[in-house]
Amino acid sequence: MSQKRDAAIVGIHEYPERDVEGLVSPMQIKAESAARALEDAGLNWSDVDAIYDSGDGGGMSGLTISEYFGLKPSVIDTTAVGGSSFEYHAGHAKRDIAAGKANVALLTYGSTAHSNARAIGVGGRGFGGTHPADNMDVFAGMTLIANYALVAQRHMHEYGTTSEQLAEISIATRCHAMRNPEAVQAMHDLEFLDIRETTIGDVVNSRLIADPLHLLECCMISDGGGAVVIASPEVARDCKKPPVWILGSGEATKYPENGGDITTSAAIQSGPSAFGEAGVSASEMDIAMIYDSFSITVLALLEDLGFCKKGEGGSWVKGGRLRFDRPNDGPALNTDGGGLSSNHPGMRGIFLLLEATRQLRGESHSQVENAKLAVAHGNGGMLGSRHCAGTIILGSD
Amino acid sequence: MKEIKRPLPRVNELDTKDFWTATKQNEFRYQQCDSCATVIFYPRRHCTGCTSGKLQWKVSAGKGTVYTYSVVRQSYHPFFRTVAPYTVAWIDLDEGPRILSNVIGISADEVSIGLRVQIEWEEHEELHIPLFKPA
Repeated sequence: MSQKRDAAIVGIHEYPERDVEGLVSPMQIKAESAARALEDAGLNWSDVDAIYDSGDGGGMSGLTISEYFGLKPSVIDTTAVGGSSFEYHAGHAKRDIAAGKANVALLTYGSTAHSNARAIGVGGRGFGGTHPADNMDVFAGMTLIANYALVAQRHMHEYGTTSEQLAEISIATRCHAMRNPEAVQAMHDLEFLDIRETTIGDVVNSRLIADPLHLLECCMISDGGGAVVIASPEVARDCKKPPVWILGSGEATKYPENGGDITTSAAIQSGPSAFGEAGVSASEMDIAMIYDSFSITVLALLEDLGFCKKGEGGSWVKGGRLRFDRPNDGPALNTDGGGLSSNHPGMRGIFLLLEATRQLRGESHSQVENAKLAVAHGNGGMLGSRHCAGTIILGSD
Repeated sequence: MKEIKRPLPRVNELDTKDFWTATKQNEFRYQQCDSCATVIFYPRRHCTGCTSGKLQWKVSAGKGTVYTYSVVRQSYHPFFRTVAPYTVAWIDLDEGPRILSNVIGISADEVSIGLRVQIEWEEHEELHIPLFKPA
């Protein structure tokens, strides 16, 4: 299959602070990030003709964000699928640009989850929605982390996966975080007790939050945000930074079904769609930016994306395979430090695109030499019950 | 001090009210399609397997198997923080429905995948809650 280069990421910005102490609003984080990402590309507000928004700044977001930014876009897409929203937005931006509906697309995210002490990560209470399905399980007291723990427990039962194997994911991301000054600062600002590289022993000896998941297998709760600018090939040619092409995208849903397999995520459907469109396979990826809400999320998603067979993730990640300095063994995982150790304000999907772009530009703190291909996979919602998957394949020139 | 109670479902929710109303008779109901035999759970007004929409209510014998579980050791909810550690589990009933509930009557550390369980109703004023104990 021939690879289409219809649209490229040309500008990025990650909001540096993880604790704004209630002094900055999500909308301000979005606008600040948008301006810096446009500068990164060498573009201006007036160049933007398409806006993508998950509603993180409030309701009717296509309208309110356009007014706040002072834009009059011709394409407005408010797909809201939790932490995977930004992968959907990137795929939709590529589609809209390829269709000739837009030239410059702007994606933004802002959250003050830490300042608001919103219940995510270790503190998460789980869904309390008004959907009929919620009315069936509100009595059971499932916390957010228990939702993921239910997957881990079944994965261990079916495939013999161990806590030591899951810990590999935590220690690889922490290794990368320690090389990223913003991640180190984040851990200081969020009052992590022990800011250093971790061992498997550190992880499995940290306290159990919901069996079998330990504290150091859970993401942080930060403030934060960022922005991505995506442009047509004609615009991208004149931008300041080299283009990072969006080569493929995939979307899918997963929800509880009678007799269903909880260890398999929606990535089993979104992955083939994205890799197929890009004409590449998982084994060719230099970088894997995989939504690390919890250790088990990464393990299940790596399997479903085809890095290894279902059930073999535990043995596959062993021995530090996912570290940035082991490029011959497989992809480098979450080289910014991930949601586990760098940035998780609730919807991490945008950071997956940001760090993948840095890698393909050669700008990462844990740079993989000659990185050419990256996968960014967002999981929005809950791994153990209902979630959306968004897969994006990125490639450098 | 006022007793803090378990959060309860709304009995007037349109898709699930027939299920919750029946729990007052200690009946665990689920739906099956007359046309295509699909088991539907949670309850809905339409069949997810075909478009006929001819759903019949059936009553489960209340026996099943633990599909997966977690021992919750930390909760910020005012009720659940008082009962932690407790066990959350997906239970596969023998008739097909999979339901999220708690396993009780056994120490949290003794719960295992594959454990045979049966319903133990917890009575509340407007509805009863299907919890599960070892069979």
